[in-house]
Amino acid sequence: MSHDDHSTALTPEVHDSHVPTHREVEPLADPGLPPHTWRPTDVDPKAEKRAERQIAAMFIAAMIMAVLFVVAYFSFEVGDNWDTFAGMGASTVSLGVTLGLSLLLIGIGIIHLARKLMADAEMVEMRHPAASPQEDRDATIQALTDGLDEAGIGRRPLVRNTMLGAMGVLGLPVVVLLRDLAPGDALDTSKLAHTIWEPEMRLVRDVVGTPILASEIEVGDLINAAPEAMFPTEENGYPELEGAEEQSEKAKGAIIIVRMDPDDITPAKGREKWTVDGIICYSKICTHVGCPISLYERTTHHVLCPCHQSTFDLADAAKVVFGPAARPLPQLPLAVDGEGYLVAQSDFNEPIGASYWEREKQ
Amino acid sequence: MSTDSRLDTSKVATSNRTDAATASKPSPAGSLASWADDRLGLATVMKKNLRKVFPDHWSFMLGEIALWSFVVLLLTGVFLTLWFNPSMGHVTYEGSYDQLRGIGMSEAMASTLNISFDVRGGLLMRQMHHWAAMIFIASMMVHLLRVYFTGAHRKPRELNWLIGCVLLLLGTLEGFTGYSLPDDLLSGTGVRAADGFLKATPVAGSYMSFLLFGGEFPGESIIPRLYIVHVLLIPGILLALIAAHMLLLVYHKHTQWPGPGRTEQNVVGYPMLPVYAAKAGGFFFMVFGVIALMGGLLSINPVWKFGPYDPTKVTAGSQPDWYMGWPDGLLRIMPTGWESVIFGYTISWNVMIPILIVPPLMLVVLMLLPFVEGWITGDKRDHHLLQRPRNAPTRTAVMVALMTFYGLAWAAGGNDIIAIKLHASINQITYFMRVAIFVGPVIAFWITRRWCISLQRHDNEVLLHGYETGIITRSPEGQYAERHLPISGSSAYTLTARERDEIHAVQGDTDAAGVAAPNSRSEKLRAKLSSWMYSNNVQKPTRAELEEAHHHAEHEAELQSGLDHPVDGHQFDDHRLRDTDEVPLRDH
Repeated sequence: MSHDDHSTALTPEVHDSHVPTHREVEPLADPGLPPHTWRPTDVDPKAEKRAERQIAAMFIAAMIMAVLFVVAYFSFEVGDNWDTFAGMGASTVSLGVTLGLSLLLIGIGIIHLARKLMADAEMVEMRHPAASPQEDRDATIQALTDGLDEAGIGRRPLVRNTMLGAMGVLGLPVVVLLRDLAPGDALDTSKLAHTIWEPEMRLVRDVVGTPILASEIEVGDLINAAPEAMFPTEENGYPELEGAEEQSEKAKGAIIIVRMDPDDITPAKGREKWTVDGIICYSKICTHVGCPISLYERTTHHVLCPCHQSTFDLADAAKVVFGPAARPLPQLPLAVDGEGYLVAQSDFNEPIGASYWEREKQ
Repeated sequence: MSTDSRLDTSKVATSNRTDAATASKPSPAGSLASWADDRLGLATVMKKNLRKVFPDHWSFMLGEIALWSFVVLLLTGVFLTLWFNPSMGHVTYEGSYDQLRGIGMSEAMASTLNISFDVRGGLLMRQMHHWAAMIFIASMMVHLLRVYFTGAHRKPRELNWLIGCVLLLLGTLEGFTGYSLPDDLLSGTGVRAADGFLKATPVAGSYMSFLLFGGEFPGESIIPRLYIVHVLLIPGILLALIAAHMLLLVYHKHTQWPGPGRTEQNVVGYPMLPVYAAKAGGFFFMVFGVIALMGGLLSINPVWKFGPYDPTKVTAGSQPDWYMGWPDGLLRIMPTGWESVIFGYTISWNVMIPILIVPPLMLVVLMLLPFVEGWITGDKRDHHLLQRPRNAPTRTAVMVALMTFYGLAWAAGGNDIIAIKLHASINQITYFMRVAIFVGPVIAFWITRRWCISLQRHDNEVLLHGYETGIITRSPEGQYAERHLPISGSSAYTLTARERDEIHAVQGDTDAAGVAAPNSRSEKLRAKLSSWMYSNNVQKPTRAELEEAHHHAEHEAELQSGLDHPVDGHQFDDHRLRDTDEVPLRDH
């Protein structure tokens, strides 16, 4: 091919020039703009009338659609009939269709008008360089210099530096003002290291709040559970939790309880007494970014987080067997109280959920 | 070339006036215009711009879709704010939707249900708003690709490229803050993941999380805070940047495709008033109309099916909106256990790499593209003529490699869905993606570049030897050959209307006195990159080559025909191929 023929002719200076230099004749001369051709609507009165009628028809149809929109608004109830058409309400469907068609018809009508009836000869406009002319640049620099000279800021470094300094230091109030985004104690990040679990607190079912008898769990079961303190009653004496505190304790205290054949469990060092007859309990919050894990496969004892597929082996101290998580799920030490209900021996011995910088320090 | 904007209107549809405008008595509109101009002096600005010329091509419409869907977002968004209550206060839902009646939820969720079930047109507006957001981001992305593939990001438009990149980033954040507002189970899961991302930030992570959430996750502040970011802060910046984007577009004048009469020095097209204004204005109604139809007919984000957010619950198949999918995919394919503890401090590489490092890096790469290219080529000229993607093979291949990376990461973000739909193992899909994310872009780069180069070869082939007619002729000796005919003059010119690539040459390591030239190392790197970028490209034929080829073709035709006109397979019927210059048979 031809690329060898001209590569010797390259001169690097060309690159720094604003004006393209033509060092060789273009292979073909520019034939110039093709002549304008008339459209049928320009030369045939019938075609012109037809286009006019088409456009007007679209605009009239658009009006009809807008009126139908109003009719639909007042004739279709919302609320109970929310799934009349394919899971969507009659009101929503009819309002959407009439509004959409009305807008579309206006749009198509206008574009049809532009294409068929407006003058269609292309016009030529010359471009100008984006840059200002050199004399304008010089004049601007002169004006800037004059202005700065008259201000005398350059000659008075003390004034200049203190002024800039003052504006810079003004950044402090701006930053400090944001401190109370989490006012007072709310910024105490050591809360991440603790949950509401405490010795002797019962494990309860997460929706109804009933305590769980160790004997009622079958091998292979998985129970989503919560701390009893999330369901305060006069009987259990836990204080009422409200608002943000309730939500964050709920978010941290969630657990899963599974029962498997005690022989299947490989207890981690020091956790031999954390299970009750093959009943083992872990934090439900994934150690990756904090989704609640949920998908349990009883034959393998694996639990999978549906957000990013981290998979934990519950029989082997909840070690990560697949996926992006780096740490096992924290384990809650279990015991049974006098009435046979499952209780915690203590809080988790490490922060639950996603990792953070000072995690190991807390 | 003339800049005369008066047209020959003699034959323009007679509904247009054909006589010259004459001064008449001031109309009420005229008086109003004078009143305004006395005070604003608008005529000086408008006389230039009312008839501003915009070139026409379907691909110039992509950015327009983004612009108009943003307008739809503003309109539908204002409607939604009239009912939406961005509060995390706890209420019991008592509205029309039976399955959630009596359930406790936040006021944000309850008011979203109220808009969906008890406000007429409310669900339509919610769905239109969500569809418009998806179209907004998708059209920005496709517009970005169009700009890059055609070289419209080159000087003098680099700053507009940067603004566009920031618009894409802000649009994405706007989408995330928007779909998090209903406080349903799906979006709450997304917010919790975002909390995990913040916490993975070194040093200040947990403080950033606590400051954003007003304390420990989830707190009661996040929805009102996201709300004000969503309805005021980001839209304000978006509006300002869109205005700047448009102003620069007007100032630079739109790029155009090369062709007969279309040069670097001019812009050929329709005047803003009336044709372009009508087309763009009509197109606004069309975009609006399509979004309204989608809002009425296609269900999106049915939060009532997900239920209110509960930090202890999650649904299988949790997915962010599609434009958030690719970082989520990177997150999913990180290998197990990438976390280190150094001096007792935890560094979560498994979150930092896919969320805090790679996506910002991708944005930086995107923003640097015009500047890197400009540095390698050393090209300081203004460019207003677009290039076909094939004529910049390396550039095209770079973007296809980036797209491949994006696409694979995005697919990895749906690895659970792929596993379910294809009955495949999610583990195998993830292992595959871990390798493909590195190998895929390299393969894509290589294939694209070779593909572009062979398309360039094909162009030269067509220029030199004409196009394939599909007519097979048999010579008296029994030899079969396909007949080629020259393409039209204007098509041929358009094919040659491109610049020759110039490989940057090192300007000598040392100067005349034998002293090492400044920057010689970076100069060498630049020369190497320039040669990597250009050396395999096929250049257009020279005039001599073209003439020789045509001469050869004529000679060939003479030899073959033996008739008074070339054999074209239609000597005995009416379907004679006509003079190609007058009637282009094919648009090459």
